[in-house]
Amino acid sequence: MSRRLAAALRPAAAIGCALAAMAIALALLGASPLAVAADLADGAFGNWIAFTDTLARATPLVFCGLAVAVAFHGALWNIGADGQLVVGALAAGALGPALAGAPHTLAIVAIIGAGGLAGALWGGLAGWLRARRNVNEVISTIMLNFIAAQLLSWAVHGPLMEPSGAFPASRKIAAAARLHLYFAPTRLNLAMLFAVALAAVCELGLFRTVPGFELRALGRNRRASAFFGLPIARLTVGAMALSGALAGCGGAVQISAITHRLYETISPGWGYEAIAVALVARLSPLGVVPAALLFGALDNGSQAMQRADGVPAQLVYVVQALVIIVMLAFDAAAGGGWRELLEGGAPDRPDATAETCDA
Amino acid sequence: MLEAFAASTIAMATPLLLAALGELIVERAGVINIGIEGAMLAGAFAGVAVAHATGATLAGVAAAIGGGVAINAIFAFVAVNLAVNQVVAGTAIDLLAAGVTGMLYQRIYGATGRAFTVAPMRPIALGPLARLPLIGRALFDQSALVYLAFALVPAIAWTIGRSRFGLSLRAAGERPEAADALGLGVYRLRWIALLASGALSGLGGAYLTLAYADTFVEGISAGRGYVALAVVIVGRWNAWGVAAASLMFGAAIALQFVLQAAATAIPYQLFLALPYLLTVAVLALMGGQADAPSALGEPYIRA
Repeated sequence: MSRRLAAALRPAAAIGCALAAMAIALALLGASPLAVAADLADGAFGNWIAFTDTLARATPLVFCGLAVAVAFHGALWNIGADGQLVVGALAAGALGPALAGAPHTLAIVAIIGAGGLAGALWGGLAGWLRARRNVNEVISTIMLNFIAAQLLSWAVHGPLMEPSGAFPASRKIAAAARLHLYFAPTRLNLAMLFAVALAAVCELGLFRTVPGFELRALGRNRRASAFFGLPIARLTVGAMALSGALAGCGGAVQISAITHRLYETISPGWGYEAIAVALVARLSPLGVVPAALLFGALDNGSQAMQRADGVPAQLVYVVQALVIIVMLAFDAAAGGGWRELLEGGAPDRPDATAETCDA
Repeated sequence: MLEAFAASTIAMATPLLLAALGELIVERAGVINIGIEGAMLAGAFAGVAVAHATGATLAGVAAAIGGGVAINAIFAFVAVNLAVNQVVAGTAIDLLAAGVTGMLYQRIYGATGRAFTVAPMRPIALGPLARLPLIGRALFDQSALVYLAFALVPAIAWTIGRSRFGLSLRAAGERPEAADALGLGVYRLRWIALLASGALSGLGGAYLTLAYADTFVEGISAGRGYVALAVVIVGRWNAWGVAAASLMFGAAIALQFVLQAAATAIPYQLFLALPYLLTVAVLALMGGQADAPSALGEPYIRA
């Protein structure tokens, strides 16, 4: 078997292993793995509504998966896509009600732009802290996730709370700012296409442009990149801001297309799930799309599974975790490929930047 | 009020201190373990589940240690033996622990989680010391886990800084190739560090469920493992520094109870976000990681 083919098959094998482990766990819990799998598949693809719901659930995962993939290419371990998505949704939910009367196209651009900008600030802050204050981005992004969650909670209990004050939710956004649902009652909308287009842009940006090349160089060897005079601080801040913008757009799209208002529980942890998505996609932006569909199907199906079999939906977290672990293990065992990336770039060693430049 | 504040500072600092001391050992051996949050959660759940089933608090504490050690053993195999990226593996461990504890919780206690409590660990008053004004209740009328956590500080400081084992551990964290060449066994040292850390994280989790909340809710660790990572950095990879940083973060968390009662005009979410805001602010002000072990976070593959 050729090396390329083996590498391409690894994600499938990783998912297979994770599902097998899940089947064993189900059997131990006293449920029939086959019946559960059937219910899960039925919930994800069983009918037209279920299938379009899977697409809708996969959409934020594409945005967040792209955010993670872009940052990881620069060995910037952005664990904060969740917080970036939340502030994006927050900006969209705050702006949305004010867009009444605006032309539809403008309103859509404004609401998604606001989300992207908020996400860019949130991610860019972590990038700046890393570049200028040498703060480990793993810790700062995790902390910013918690801060974003409290910010959202305050907003929907306080300034953005709907007028009756009965529910911790914001007012509905203006009709002009809502992405059209073409085949109601399904949730099919243009957001998925937008996400796919963004994936293509990220793919081109990472692999066909100079900044993309520089970011990948930075990810593979920070020291050498400093030695060759790459603008490390600018790349770090830029990549984290871009990563945050992608996740923030995902939050805005979720408001614009699906919920039309803010809730405290706007994200069920998409930013963390996105790490599994990006790894299964082998950090390829185009690969994020099918990977997100797979995890979206798992999420969607797990709801049906919980209803039909009484298996707790938290099972999907276990599957996500197993997929990440098995994926890492397979790549470690195989060597080569992006292994050097995923083991280079220690989270925060003292950068030898200064000495290297003087030498 | 000051007395209550001092007491809750110690109470809030204890789980952070236990977890951060564990992370300190691990990081001095050259491993960064984001999965510490998962280990705390596993300890918290295992502790309360066993204490609830057996009615014996001590059995719960033992189970919490077991839960933390088990989670860290998985991490050790993946991060040490398979030498994968430690940050990503640690994140997976957190997801795993969240999923497993959430599932088991629903399985055992019903879909909505029937409210249940366990007999709390009783505070042990140390005679007349406990009656000292201001600090008596805070320092000398606490559960055994509090005394243990603070007693571990000098013990761990000595072990890392003065003992032969500590020297080997630091070698593994600074120059793993050299350590291996000297026959110190980097894999073995990192495994020992991770298992010890699992026990400490488990104890930190046990403190949350058995001494503090007397029950379990999903995600009860609430990011304390992540804050413990920051505690190690702020404490400059040193046990005494870690103790001081834990007290500082403990005080910040305790402050929310005081302020919440005093200033109702300020949104409570600000108080809830305070420990996380403080973490970012302190790290930004301190900057730099110059004291970090040289090989921190680098997977080591034996040649």
